[in-house]
Amino acid sequence: MTDLSRTPLHALHVELGAKMVPFAGYEMPVQYPPGVLKEHLHCRAEAGLFDVSHMGQVILRAATGAAADAARALEALVPADLEGLAEGRQRYGLFTQEDGGILDDLMIANKGDHLLLVVNAACKAADIAHLRAKLPSGIAVEPVEDRALLALQGPAAQDAFAAICPDAAGLRFMDVADLDSPYGTLWVSRSGYTGEDGYEISVENAQAEALARALLARPGVAPIGLGARDSLRLEAGLCLYGSDLDVNTTPVEAALEWAMQKARKPGGAREGGFPGAGRILGELRDGAPRRRVGLLPEGRAPMRAGTTLFETETSEAAIGRITSGAYGPSIERPMSMGYLPRDLAEPGRTVYAELRGRRLPVTVSQMPFRPAGYKR
Amino acid sequence: MKFTEEHEWLRVEDDLVVVGITEHAATQLGDLVFVELPEPGKTVAKDDEIVVIESVKAASDIMAPADGEIVEVNEALEGNPALVNEDPLGDGWFFKMKLADMSDMDKMMDEAEYKKFI
Repeated sequence: MTDLSRTPLHALHVELGAKMVPFAGYEMPVQYPPGVLKEHLHCRAEAGLFDVSHMGQVILRAATGAAADAARALEALVPADLEGLAEGRQRYGLFTQEDGGILDDLMIANKGDHLLLVVNAACKAADIAHLRAKLPSGIAVEPVEDRALLALQGPAAQDAFAAICPDAAGLRFMDVADLDSPYGTLWVSRSGYTGEDGYEISVENAQAEALARALLARPGVAPIGLGARDSLRLEAGLCLYGSDLDVNTTPVEAALEWAMQKARKPGGAREGGFPGAGRILGELRDGAPRRRVGLLPEGRAPMRAGTTLFETETSEAAIGRITSGAYGPSIERPMSMGYLPRDLAEPGRTVYAELRGRRLPVTVSQMPFRPAGYKR
Repeated sequence: MKFTEEHEWLRVEDDLVVVGITEHAATQLGDLVFVELPEPGKTVAKDDEIVVIESVKAASDIMAPADGEIVEVNEALEGNPALVNEDPLGDGWFFKMKLADMSDMDKMMDEAEYKKFI
Protein backbone atom coordinates (compact mmCIF):
# COMPACT_ATOMS: atom_id res chain seq x y z
CA MET A 1 0.00 0.00 0.00
CA THR A 2 2.36 2.66 -1.23
CA ASP A 3 1.47 6.34 -1.64
CA LEU A 4 -1.29 6.00 0.93
CA SER A 5 -1.47 8.42 3.83
CA ARG A 6 -1.59 7.15 7.37
CA THR A 7 -3.53 8.63 10.27
CA PRO A 8 -1.88 9.22 13.67
CA LEU A 9 -3.65 6.04 14.88
CA HIS A 10 -2.11 3.76 12.24
CA ALA A 11 0.22 1.92 14.64
CA LEU A 12 -2.62 1.42 17.12
CA HIS A 13 -4.88 -0.08 14.41
CA VAL A 14 -2.17 -2.55 13.46
CA GLU A 15 -1.55 -3.41 17.11
CA LEU A 16 -5.29 -4.04 17.57
CA GLY A 17 -5.22 -6.50 14.66
CA ALA A 18 -7.12 -4.37 12.15
CA LYS A 19 -7.40 -5.37 8.52
CA MET A 20 -6.11 -2.25 6.76
CA VAL A 21 -7.43 -1.26 3.33
CA PRO A 22 -6.96 1.69 0.98
CA PHE A 23 -9.78 4.20 1.38
CA ALA A 24 -9.86 7.71 -0.11
CA GLY A 25 -6.07 7.82 -0.28
CA TYR A 26 -5.59 6.55 3.28
CA GLU A 27 -4.71 3.23 4.80
CA MET A 28 -7.74 2.66 7.04
CA PRO A 29 -9.05 -0.14 9.29
CA VAL A 30 -12.01 -1.84 7.58
CA GLN A 31 -12.47 -4.23 10.50
CA TYR A 32 -10.83 -5.57 13.65
CA PRO A 33 -10.70 -9.24 14.70
CA PRO A 34 -14.38 -9.46 15.85
CA GLY A 35 -15.52 -8.57 12.31
CA VAL A 36 -18.12 -6.22 10.83
CA LEU A 37 -21.23 -7.91 12.27
CA LYS A 38 -20.07 -8.03 15.88
CA GLU A 39 -18.52 -4.55 15.69
CA HIS A 40 -21.82 -3.16 14.44
CA LEU A 41 -23.81 -4.79 17.24
CA HIS A 42 -21.25 -3.73 19.83
CA CYS A 43 -21.56 -0.08 18.80
CA ARG A 44 -25.36 -0.23 19.17
CA ALA A 45 -25.17 -2.04 22.53
CA GLU A 46 -22.23 -0.24 24.15
CA ALA A 47 -19.79 2.11 22.41
CA GLY A 48 -17.52 2.12 19.39
CA LEU A 49 -14.41 4.15 18.71
CA PHE A 50 -13.83 5.09 15.05
CA ASP A 51 -10.79 6.72 13.47
CA VAL A 52 -12.15 9.28 11.02
CA SER A 53 -8.94 11.28 10.74
CA HIS A 54 -9.04 10.88 6.96
CA MET A 55 -11.90 13.37 6.84
CA GLY A 56 -11.08 16.99 6.15
CA GLN A 57 -11.23 19.58 8.92
CA VAL A 58 -11.25 23.11 7.58
CA ILE A 59 -11.45 26.45 9.41
CA LEU A 60 -13.13 29.44 7.77
CA ARG A 61 -12.05 32.69 9.40
CA ALA A 62 -13.30 36.15 8.48
CA ALA A 63 -10.88 39.09 8.59
CA THR A 64 -13.40 40.75 10.91
CA GLY A 65 -12.95 37.95 13.44
CA ALA A 66 -16.68 37.14 13.48
CA ALA A 67 -18.00 33.68 12.61
CA ALA A 68 -21.18 35.39 11.38
CA ASP A 69 -19.23 36.98 8.51
CA ALA A 70 -17.76 33.63 7.48
CA ALA A 71 -21.26 32.14 7.75
CA ARG A 72 -22.73 34.81 5.49
CA ALA A 73 -20.01 34.20 2.91
CA LEU A 74 -20.44 30.41 3.04
CA GLU A 75 -24.16 30.78 2.34
CA ALA A 76 -23.11 31.58 -1.25
CA LEU A 77 -21.90 27.95 -1.59
CA VAL A 78 -24.19 26.03 0.79
CA PRO A 79 -28.02 26.19 0.70
CA ALA A 80 -28.37 26.16 4.51
CA ASP A 81 -29.30 28.89 6.99
CA LEU A 82 -25.83 29.62 8.35
CA GLU A 83 -26.53 33.13 9.60
CA GLY A 84 -29.06 31.46 11.85
CA LEU A 85 -26.52 28.93 13.16
CA ALA A 86 -25.89 29.92 16.76
CA GLU A 87 -22.46 29.92 18.37
CA GLY A 88 -21.76 26.46 19.80
CA ARG A 89 -24.04 24.71 17.31
CA GLN A 90 -23.43 22.55 14.26
CA ARG A 91 -25.54 21.89 11.17
CA TYR A 92 -25.43 19.51 8.19
CA GLY A 93 -25.03 21.12 4.79
CA LEU A 94 -24.26 20.53 1.11
CA PHE A 95 -21.93 22.14 -1.40
CA THR A 96 -23.96 22.52 -4.59
CA GLN A 97 -22.78 23.29 -8.12
CA GLU A 98 -24.34 25.48 -10.82
CA ASP A 99 -26.56 22.73 -12.25
CA GLY A 100 -27.88 21.87 -8.78
CA GLY A 101 -25.75 18.73 -8.33
CA ILE A 102 -24.13 17.97 -4.96
CA LEU A 103 -20.33 18.46 -4.76
CA ASP A 104 -20.06 17.15 -1.19
CA ASP A 105 -21.92 16.97 2.09
CA LEU A 106 -20.41 18.42 5.23
CA MET A 107 -20.86 19.51 8.84
CA ILE A 108 -20.60 23.21 9.66
CA ALA A 109 -19.96 24.38 13.25
CA ASN A 110 -20.10 27.93 14.60
CA LYS A 111 -17.14 28.27 16.97
CA GLY A 112 -17.72 31.96 17.77
CA ASP A 113 -14.76 33.51 15.98
CA HIS A 114 -14.65 31.01 13.09
CA LEU A 115 -16.52 28.21 11.37
CA LEU A 116 -15.22 24.64 11.50
CA LEU A 117 -16.15 22.43 8.55
CA VAL A 118 -15.81 18.66 8.38
CA VAL A 119 -15.82 17.34 4.79
CA ASN A 120 -15.44 13.94 3.13
CA ALA A 121 -11.94 12.54 2.72
CA ALA A 122 -12.31 11.86 -1.00
CA CYS A 123 -13.57 15.41 -1.63
CA LYS A 124 -11.40 17.45 0.71
CA ALA A 125 -8.81 18.70 -1.81
CA ALA A 126 -11.56 19.73 -4.23
CA ASP A 127 -13.63 21.30 -1.44
CA ILE A 128 -10.70 23.39 -0.23
CA ALA A 129 -9.96 24.55 -3.80
CA HIS A 130 -13.66 25.35 -4.26
CA LEU A 131 -13.76 27.40 -1.04
CA ARG A 132 -10.60 29.30 -1.98
CA ALA A 133 -11.85 30.03 -5.47
CA LYS A 134 -15.36 31.08 -4.53
CA LEU A 135 -15.19 32.78 -1.12
CA PRO A 136 -14.30 36.50 -1.00
CA SER A 137 -10.71 37.43 -0.10
CA GLY A 138 -11.71 38.48 3.42
CA ILE A 139 -12.41 34.85 4.33
CA ALA A 140 -9.36 32.72 5.08
CA VAL A 141 -9.59 29.00 4.31
CA GLU A 142 -7.34 27.08 6.72
CA PRO A 143 -7.10 23.29 6.32
CA VAL A 144 -6.42 21.72 9.71
CA GLU A 145 -3.43 19.44 9.20
CA ASP A 146 -2.31 18.91 12.79
CA ARG A 147 -5.38 17.26 14.27
CA ALA A 148 -6.85 13.77 14.14
CA LEU A 149 -10.59 13.08 14.31
CA LEU A 150 -12.12 10.32 16.43
CA ALA A 151 -15.75 9.35 16.73
CA LEU A 152 -17.09 7.73 19.89
CA GLN A 153 -20.58 6.38 19.25
CA GLY A 154 -23.15 4.35 21.14
CA PRO A 155 -25.20 4.37 24.33
CA ALA A 156 -22.07 4.07 26.52
CA ALA A 157 -20.29 6.94 24.73
CA GLN A 158 -21.27 9.65 27.20
CA ASP A 159 -20.09 7.78 30.29
CA ALA A 160 -16.84 6.76 28.60
CA PHE A 161 -15.99 10.23 27.35
CA ALA A 162 -17.18 12.10 30.46
CA ALA A 163 -14.76 10.03 32.56
CA ILE A 164 -11.96 11.72 30.61
CA CYS A 165 -13.62 15.02 29.79
CA PRO A 166 -16.48 15.71 32.27
CA ASP A 167 -17.88 18.73 30.39
CA ALA A 168 -18.80 16.48 27.47
CA ALA A 169 -21.83 15.19 29.38
CA GLY A 170 -23.49 18.60 29.20
CA LEU A 171 -23.52 18.81 25.40
CA ARG A 172 -26.74 18.06 23.50
CA PHE A 173 -27.10 16.67 19.97
CA MET A 174 -25.33 18.99 17.49
CA ASP A 175 -23.70 21.15 20.19
CA VAL A 176 -20.01 21.94 19.68
CA ALA A 177 -17.43 23.11 22.22
CA ASP A 178 -13.71 23.30 22.88
CA LEU A 179 -13.14 21.20 25.99
CA ASP A 180 -10.01 20.91 28.13
CA SER A 181 -8.72 17.41 28.75
CA PRO A 182 -5.51 15.63 29.76
CA TYR A 183 -4.97 15.26 25.98
CA GLY A 184 -5.03 18.96 25.24
CA THR A 185 -7.97 21.06 24.07
CA LEU A 186 -10.46 18.87 22.25
CA TRP A 187 -12.83 20.24 19.61
CA VAL A 188 -15.94 18.24 20.41
CA SER A 189 -19.30 17.91 18.71
CA ARG A 190 -22.14 15.74 19.95
CA SER A 191 -22.88 14.11 16.62
CA GLY A 192 -21.87 11.19 14.46
CA TYR A 193 -22.67 8.92 11.56
CA THR A 194 -24.23 5.88 13.22
CA GLY A 195 -27.66 6.99 14.44
CA GLU A 196 -26.38 6.61 18.00
CA ASP A 197 -25.69 9.21 20.63
CA GLY A 198 -22.02 10.09 20.65
CA TYR A 199 -19.24 12.49 19.87
CA GLU A 200 -16.81 13.48 17.19
CA ILE A 201 -13.56 14.57 18.81
CA SER A 202 -10.80 16.55 17.12
CA VAL A 203 -7.50 16.12 18.94
CA GLU A 204 -3.92 17.20 18.23
CA ASN A 205 -2.07 14.54 16.22
CA ALA A 206 0.51 14.09 18.98
CA GLN A 207 -2.21 13.32 21.57
CA ALA A 208 -4.48 11.23 19.36
CA GLU A 209 -3.14 7.80 20.21
CA ALA A 210 -3.07 8.51 23.95
CA LEU A 211 -6.68 9.72 23.81
CA ALA A 212 -7.75 6.70 21.76
CA ARG A 213 -6.08 4.33 24.25
CA ALA A 214 -7.73 6.12 27.17
CA LEU A 215 -11.15 5.79 25.53
CA LEU A 216 -10.57 2.13 24.63
CA ALA A 217 -9.72 1.49 28.28
CA ARG A 218 -13.19 2.66 29.40
CA PRO A 219 -15.87 0.00 30.00
CA GLY A 220 -17.75 -0.99 26.86
CA VAL A 221 -15.57 0.85 24.32
CA ALA A 222 -14.25 -1.19 21.38
CA PRO A 223 -12.60 -0.13 18.12
CA ILE A 224 -14.89 -0.22 15.07
CA GLY A 225 -13.80 -0.28 11.42
CA LEU A 226 -15.12 1.31 8.27
CA GLY A 227 -17.13 -1.82 7.43
CA ALA A 228 -19.42 -1.46 10.42
CA ARG A 229 -19.42 2.32 10.01
CA ASP A 230 -21.13 1.73 6.66
CA SER A 231 -23.81 -0.68 7.93
CA LEU A 232 -24.45 1.58 10.95
CA ARG A 233 -24.97 4.69 8.82
CA LEU A 234 -27.20 2.81 6.39
CA GLU A 235 -29.48 1.57 9.19
CA ALA A 236 -29.61 5.21 10.33
CA GLY A 237 -30.70 6.26 6.81
CA LEU A 238 -27.65 8.51 6.37
CA CYS A 239 -26.19 9.16 2.91
CA LEU A 240 -22.71 8.22 1.77
CA TYR A 241 -21.27 10.78 -0.63
CA GLY A 242 -20.04 9.08 -3.81
CA SER A 243 -22.68 6.34 -3.46
CA ASP A 244 -26.02 7.94 -2.55
CA LEU A 245 -25.06 11.50 -3.46
CA ASP A 246 -22.97 12.85 -6.31
CA VAL A 247 -22.77 15.70 -8.81
CA ASN A 248 -25.65 14.18 -10.78
CA THR A 249 -27.96 14.30 -7.73
CA THR A 250 -29.76 17.40 -6.46
CA PRO A 251 -30.68 18.00 -2.81
CA VAL A 252 -34.39 17.54 -3.58
CA GLU A 253 -33.81 14.29 -5.49
CA ALA A 254 -31.75 13.16 -2.49
CA ALA A 255 -34.64 13.96 -0.09
CA LEU A 256 -32.36 16.33 1.80
CA GLU A 257 -34.78 19.27 1.91
CA TRP A 258 -34.27 19.26 5.70
CA ALA A 259 -30.67 20.42 5.11
CA MET A 260 -32.08 23.63 3.55
CA GLN A 261 -33.79 25.76 6.17
CA LYS A 262 -36.73 28.13 5.62
CA ALA A 263 -34.56 31.24 5.17
CA ARG A 264 -33.02 29.83 1.96
CA LYS A 265 -36.20 28.32 0.49
CA PRO A 266 -38.81 30.02 -1.72
CA GLY A 267 -40.26 32.96 0.20
CA GLY A 268 -37.45 32.88 2.80
CA ALA A 269 -35.52 35.95 3.98
CA ARG A 270 -32.44 34.93 1.94
CA GLU A 271 -34.10 32.81 -0.72
CA GLY A 272 -31.65 31.19 -3.15
CA GLY A 273 -28.25 32.79 -3.61
CA PHE A 274 -26.36 29.46 -3.85
CA PRO A 275 -25.06 27.53 -6.87
CA GLY A 276 -27.89 25.74 -8.66
CA ALA A 277 -30.58 27.78 -6.86
CA GLY A 278 -32.69 28.07 -10.02
CA ARG A 279 -33.11 24.32 -10.36
CA ILE A 280 -33.18 23.51 -6.66
CA LEU A 281 -35.81 26.14 -5.76
CA GLY A 282 -37.87 24.92 -8.72
CA GLU A 283 -37.67 21.35 -7.44
CA LEU A 284 -38.62 22.50 -3.93
CA ARG A 285 -41.79 24.00 -5.44
CA ASP A 286 -42.67 21.30 -7.97
CA GLY A 287 -40.82 18.18 -6.78
CA ALA A 288 -37.95 16.42 -8.53
CA PRO A 289 -38.57 13.69 -11.10
CA ARG A 290 -36.86 11.08 -8.93
CA ARG A 291 -36.33 10.65 -5.23
CA ARG A 292 -34.04 8.83 -2.81
CA VAL A 293 -35.93 6.19 -0.83
CA GLY A 294 -35.33 3.46 1.69
CA LEU A 295 -35.89 -0.05 0.32
CA LEU A 296 -36.52 -3.25 2.27
CA PRO A 297 -36.00 -6.46 0.27
CA GLU A 298 -38.68 -9.01 1.19
CA GLY A 299 -36.31 -11.98 1.34
CA ARG A 300 -32.99 -12.40 3.07
CA ALA A 301 -30.77 -11.59 0.10
CA PRO A 302 -28.96 -8.26 0.44
CA MET A 303 -29.42 -5.97 -2.57
CA ARG A 304 -26.28 -3.97 -3.03
CA ALA A 305 -25.24 -0.78 -4.83
CA GLY A 306 -25.75 -1.01 -8.58
CA THR A 307 -28.77 -3.35 -8.42
CA THR A 308 -31.35 -2.30 -11.02
CA LEU A 309 -34.98 -1.60 -10.08
CA PHE A 310 -38.09 -2.34 -12.15
CA GLU A 311 -41.75 -1.43 -11.72
CA THR A 312 -43.07 -4.98 -12.11
CA GLU A 313 -41.76 -8.53 -12.34
CA THR A 314 -41.81 -8.34 -16.13
CA SER A 315 -41.46 -4.67 -17.13
CA GLU A 316 -38.58 -4.04 -19.50
CA ALA A 317 -37.39 -0.54 -18.69
CA ALA A 318 -35.34 0.02 -15.55
CA ILE A 319 -36.87 2.70 -13.32
CA GLY A 320 -34.09 3.18 -10.81
CA ARG A 321 -31.05 1.85 -9.08
CA ILE A 322 -29.88 0.91 -5.61
CA THR A 323 -27.06 3.17 -4.39
CA SER A 324 -26.29 1.50 -1.04
CA GLY A 325 -27.24 -1.91 0.23
CA ALA A 326 -26.16 -4.28 2.97
CA TYR A 327 -27.42 -6.59 5.66
CA GLY A 328 -28.55 -4.61 8.70
CA PRO A 329 -27.22 -6.48 11.75
CA SER A 330 -29.50 -4.61 14.20
CA ILE A 331 -32.67 -4.84 12.12
CA GLU A 332 -31.69 -8.42 11.20
CA ARG A 333 -32.65 -8.06 7.57
CA PRO A 334 -31.20 -6.63 4.38
CA MET A 335 -31.73 -2.93 3.66
CA SER A 336 -31.00 -0.65 0.75
CA MET A 337 -31.20 2.94 -0.36
CA GLY A 338 -31.84 3.98 -3.95
CA TYR A 339 -33.60 6.25 -6.38
CA LEU A 340 -37.09 5.82 -7.85
CA PRO A 341 -39.36 7.96 -10.03
CA ARG A 342 -41.36 10.34 -7.85
CA ASP A 343 -44.69 8.60 -8.45
CA LEU A 344 -43.30 5.25 -7.27
CA ALA A 345 -41.43 6.64 -4.27
CA GLU A 346 -44.16 6.51 -1.62
CA PRO A 347 -43.58 4.20 1.36
CA GLY A 348 -45.37 0.88 1.11
CA ARG A 349 -45.00 0.66 -2.66
CA THR A 350 -43.53 -2.61 -3.96
CA VAL A 351 -41.05 -2.55 -6.84
CA TYR A 352 -38.71 -5.26 -8.12
CA ALA A 353 -34.94 -5.57 -7.99
CA GLU A 354 -33.08 -7.75 -10.46
CA LEU A 355 -30.73 -9.98 -8.53
CA ARG A 356 -28.72 -12.72 -10.27
CA GLY A 357 -31.20 -12.76 -13.15
CA ARG A 358 -34.33 -12.89 -10.98
CA ARG A 359 -36.82 -10.16 -10.06
CA LEU A 360 -37.35 -9.99 -6.31
CA PRO A 361 -39.86 -7.75 -4.50
CA VAL A 362 -38.61 -4.82 -2.46
CA THR A 363 -40.76 -2.38 -0.50
CA VAL A 364 -40.26 1.37 -0.33
CA SER A 365 -39.71 2.17 3.33
CA GLN A 366 -39.39 5.15 5.65
CA MET A 367 -35.89 5.81 6.95
CA PRO A 368 -34.15 5.52 9.32
CA PHE A 369 -34.51 1.75 9.29
CA ARG A 370 -33.66 1.87 12.97
CA PRO A 371 -34.69 4.80 15.21
CA ALA A 372 -31.86 7.13 16.22
CA GLY A 373 -30.67 7.47 19.82
CA TYR A 374 -29.61 11.12 19.75
CA LYS A 375 -29.52 13.11 23.05
CA ARG A 376 -31.54 16.15 22.00
CA MET B 1 -10.59 -34.79 3.22
CA LYS B 2 -9.55 -32.97 0.02
CA PHE B 3 -9.22 -29.28 -0.71
CA THR B 4 -9.53 -26.97 -3.75
CA GLU B 5 -7.76 -23.74 -4.58
CA GLU B 6 -11.16 -22.09 -4.11
CA HIS B 7 -10.91 -22.99 -0.39
CA GLU B 8 -13.56 -25.70 -0.50
CA TRP B 9 -13.22 -28.99 1.34
CA LEU B 10 -14.62 -32.30 0.09
CA ARG B 11 -15.31 -35.30 2.27
CA VAL B 12 -16.38 -38.68 0.90
CA GLU B 13 -19.56 -40.01 2.51
CA ASP B 14 -20.66 -43.34 1.03
CA ASP B 15 -20.91 -42.73 -2.73
CA LEU B 16 -21.40 -38.96 -2.27
CA VAL B 17 -19.08 -36.04 -1.56
CA VAL B 18 -19.92 -33.44 1.10
CA VAL B 19 -18.69 -29.93 0.23
CA GLY B 20 -18.06 -26.91 2.45
CA ILE B 21 -15.58 -24.07 2.80
CA THR B 22 -12.46 -24.12 4.92
CA GLU B 23 -11.97 -22.34 8.21
CA HIS B 24 -9.49 -20.06 6.45
CA ALA B 25 -12.15 -19.07 3.89
CA ALA B 26 -14.83 -18.57 6.55
CA THR B 27 -12.52 -16.29 8.52
CA GLN B 28 -11.59 -14.29 5.43
CA LEU B 29 -15.25 -13.84 4.46
CA GLY B 30 -16.39 -12.75 7.89
CA ASP B 31 -19.82 -13.38 9.37
CA LEU B 32 -22.18 -14.71 6.72
CA VAL B 33 -25.67 -13.22 6.62
CA PHE B 34 -27.13 -14.94 3.56
CA VAL B 35 -26.70 -18.25 1.77
CA GLU B 36 -28.51 -19.25 -1.43
CA LEU B 37 -28.26 -22.94 -2.24
CA PRO B 38 -28.88 -24.79 -5.52
CA GLU B 39 -31.87 -27.08 -6.14
CA PRO B 40 -31.17 -30.75 -5.35
CA GLY B 41 -31.08 -32.70 -8.60
CA LYS B 42 -29.24 -29.95 -10.45
CA THR B 43 -26.48 -31.12 -12.81
CA VAL B 44 -23.40 -28.96 -12.49
CA ALA B 45 -20.08 -28.54 -14.28
CA LYS B 46 -16.80 -27.78 -12.55
CA ASP B 47 -16.49 -24.05 -11.72
CA ASP B 48 -20.23 -23.36 -12.15
CA GLU B 49 -21.24 -20.75 -9.58
CA ILE B 50 -23.77 -22.72 -7.57
CA VAL B 51 -23.94 -21.18 -4.10
CA VAL B 52 -24.21 -17.47 -3.31
CA ILE B 53 -22.87 -16.40 0.07
CA GLU B 54 -22.93 -12.90 1.48
CA SER B 55 -21.24 -11.30 4.44
CA VAL B 56 -22.39 -7.93 5.80
CA LYS B 57 -20.23 -6.19 3.25
CA ALA B 58 -19.91 -8.36 0.16
CA ALA B 59 -21.26 -11.20 -1.96
CA SER B 60 -19.23 -14.13 -3.27
CA ASP B 61 -19.87 -17.41 -5.03
CA ILE B 62 -19.03 -21.00 -4.24
CA MET B 63 -18.19 -22.96 -7.37
CA ALA B 64 -18.80 -26.59 -8.16
CA PRO B 65 -15.53 -28.40 -7.33
CA ALA B 66 -16.11 -30.98 -10.09
CA ASP B 67 -18.70 -32.17 -12.62
CA GLY B 68 -21.66 -33.99 -11.11
CA GLU B 69 -25.12 -33.74 -9.62
CA ILE B 70 -26.29 -31.94 -6.48
CA VAL B 71 -28.05 -34.51 -4.32
CA GLU B 72 -28.74 -32.68 -1.06
CA VAL B 73 -28.28 -29.16 0.31
CA ASN B 74 -27.87 -27.96 3.90
CA GLU B 75 -31.18 -26.13 4.29
CA ALA B 76 -30.27 -25.11 7.85
CA LEU B 77 -27.93 -22.52 6.35
CA GLU B 78 -30.78 -20.56 4.79
CA GLY B 79 -32.18 -19.78 8.22
CA ASN B 80 -28.84 -19.63 10.00
CA PRO B 81 -25.94 -18.63 7.72
CA ALA B 82 -23.75 -18.15 10.81
CA LEU B 83 -23.34 -21.96 10.99
CA VAL B 84 -20.68 -21.58 8.28
CA ASN B 85 -18.61 -19.37 10.58
CA GLU B 86 -19.30 -21.40 13.71
CA ASP B 87 -18.53 -24.83 12.29
CA PRO B 88 -17.19 -24.58 8.73
CA LEU B 89 -15.97 -28.20 8.60
CA GLY B 90 -19.06 -29.70 10.25
CA ASP B 91 -22.59 -28.22 10.53
CA GLY B 92 -21.63 -25.49 8.06
CA TRP B 93 -21.47 -27.84 5.04
CA PHE B 94 -23.15 -26.53 1.86
CA PHE B 95 -24.20 -29.48 -0.30
CA LYS B 96 -23.69 -33.16 -1.09
CA MET B 97 -22.99 -34.10 -4.68
CA LYS B 98 -22.45 -37.19 -6.77
CA LEU B 99 -19.31 -36.72 -8.80
CA ALA B 100 -19.42 -37.72 -12.47
CA ASP B 101 -15.92 -39.13 -11.97
CA MET B 102 -14.73 -39.90 -8.44
CA SER B 103 -11.14 -39.85 -9.65
CA ASP B 104 -11.45 -36.02 -9.87
CA MET B 105 -10.78 -36.13 -6.12
CA ASP B 106 -7.27 -37.44 -6.79
CA LYS B 107 -6.30 -34.17 -8.48
CA MET B 108 -7.21 -32.12 -5.39
CA MET B 109 -4.94 -31.10 -2.53
CA ASP B 110 -4.67 -33.06 0.68
CA GLU B 111 -4.56 -31.23 4.01
CA ALA B 112 -0.79 -30.79 4.05
CA GLU B 113 -0.81 -29.39 0.51
CA TYR B 114 -3.70 -27.05 1.32
CA LYS B 115 -1.91 -25.73 4.41
CA LYS B 116 1.07 -24.95 2.24
CA PHE B 117 -1.25 -23.33 -0.33
CA ILE B 118 -2.70 -20.86 2.18
